[in-house]
Amino acid sequence: MNTAGSPDFLQIRSDFPILNQQVHGKALIYFDNAATTQKPQQVIQGITDFYTHYNSNIHRGVHRLSQESTRLYEEARQKVQAFIHARSEKEIVFTAGATASINAVATSFGDSFLSQGDEILLSQMEHHANIVPWQIVANRKGCSIKVIPMNDAGELLLEQLDSLLTEKTKIVAVSQVSNSLGTINPVKEIIEKAHQQGIPVLIDGSQAIQHQEINVTELDCDFYVFSGHKIYAPTGIGVLYGKERWLEKLPPYQGGGDMIDHVSFEKTTYNQLPFKFEAGTMNFVGAHALGLALDYVSAIGMKSIMEREANLLQYATSQLQQIEGTRIIGTASQKASVLSFVMDQIHQYDIGMVLDKMGVALRTGTHCNEPVMNYFGIDGTVRASFAFYNTEDEINIFIRGIEKVKLMFG
Amino acid sequence: MTIREIQNQIIEDFEVFDDWMDKYNLLIELSKELPELDSTFRTEQYVIKGCQSKVWLVADLHDGKIQFKADSDAIIVKGIVALMVKVLSNQTPADILDSDLYFINQIGLKENLSPTRSNGLLAMIKQMKLYALAYQTRISGKS
Repeated sequence: MNTAGSPDFLQIRSDFPILNQQVHGKALIYFDNAATTQKPQQVIQGITDFYTHYNSNIHRGVHRLSQESTRLYEEARQKVQAFIHARSEKEIVFTAGATASINAVATSFGDSFLSQGDEILLSQMEHHANIVPWQIVANRKGCSIKVIPMNDAGELLLEQLDSLLTEKTKIVAVSQVSNSLGTINPVKEIIEKAHQQGIPVLIDGSQAIQHQEINVTELDCDFYVFSGHKIYAPTGIGVLYGKERWLEKLPPYQGGGDMIDHVSFEKTTYNQLPFKFEAGTMNFVGAHALGLALDYVSAIGMKSIMEREANLLQYATSQLQQIEGTRIIGTASQKASVLSFVMDQIHQYDIGMVLDKMGVALRTGTHCNEPVMNYFGIDGTVRASFAFYNTEDEINIFIRGIEKVKLMFG
Repeated sequence: MTIREIQNQIIEDFEVFDDWMDKYNLLIELSKELPELDSTFRTEQYVIKGCQSKVWLVADLHDGKIQFKADSDAIIVKGIVALMVKVLSNQTPADILDSDLYFINQIGLKENLSPTRSNGLLAMIKQMKLYALAYQTRISGKS
């Protein structure tokens, strides 16, 4: 697989200590990367270093340690800004994760810009986290949810977008990559069309950030959200990117701590961006570790990662297709490294249980994507999702496992 | 046979296997022996929902003993369901309420009863005991 000049991915794999272990007496094969990614030693060590040398609350103390930890936290913000090509670090708000980011926008935007009869446009393949926050605000404000439909391959029907974007549409929220199907959505086109009518767009980048180069300025999205743990950083840290003019307009959604400028019981004035949205003690260690994870990914190079993962997906897809009785769910022409499938007459839970005993970690079920499962008339899939540290050998073992499942249950 | 005797019998049946594969194959066999639940019972009313697999459970009282019928949409789960039915069916409500299901642990299937495994099995045991409690109350109410 290695071509001249491409990184040595087997060497890179050794950066991930967790991968070097056995489960049920078999070498661990971790194919649940869409749920969460494993962490390289560089990130793990960075967390230990932070607690060993710098731990102190940020933005508050005059003392040396507080200044150091504040510097590391703000450096992490700059790294995120550079990584997603935002114009300004004011546009980078740290949150607990993509779900928290979406809830923040839904709450804040909803309070200020939604009223009775307005419409929120989502897509058929949204993760529940990009549906439910909008339903909550829609119920509160008397708005309705509209949905961009998809075809049997799991591709959005963009030709319907023109009729779905009406004067009632106040915001569009779509995922860049589907977590259950792997579809890479043409978000640039969606953003362009929405903008022609002056409608802002939120992009859920949870399944895209780790697989492709992201340039929010070029995309021209109004909001972009992702979770750190999907891109080799720890859990509990995430990002809300918002265009400065939008973040200026939105009211804070949580009160307390760093988001405040002055407080009296009559009136409180809020801090400037991005601190206006960062209430309470932030996960500054997580932010620092996210910065390290982005450094790590950048050092490998997103182009190499994309190439590697495309090869893995293509190999696994072609191998799986050769097994009679398997059906791949999500066959879009543009896909990230997610391989969802079902097997004739065999329950996904049985498949998952047998593969687990063979050391293969897969996801089974609805993947927080019930509308997608309903569309395909299934109650779940088995999902294998790959990262650059996975190998063709691992895919071979996975395929042998599927063949074994067929023998056992067929 | 008592609940204890049936459990010991199952433990003996499983003891010959060290390999998970053989155990799973035995569970698959057991699932095939369990009569399929009539479709009138495979409904919302009788379902015990796991997030991933479903279990259906029906209970009846005959001559002071509870008859359980059950099914699952996943085969290995259905095999374990078959074992539960074997152990607790045709027993009195009092014996079911008193029972300690140690065999699951002993045959190495404990992980399947973890609350984090959303397969409906743990809820099934709870539901079987609830049925026993309900019938017990009914019996003592009559006497």
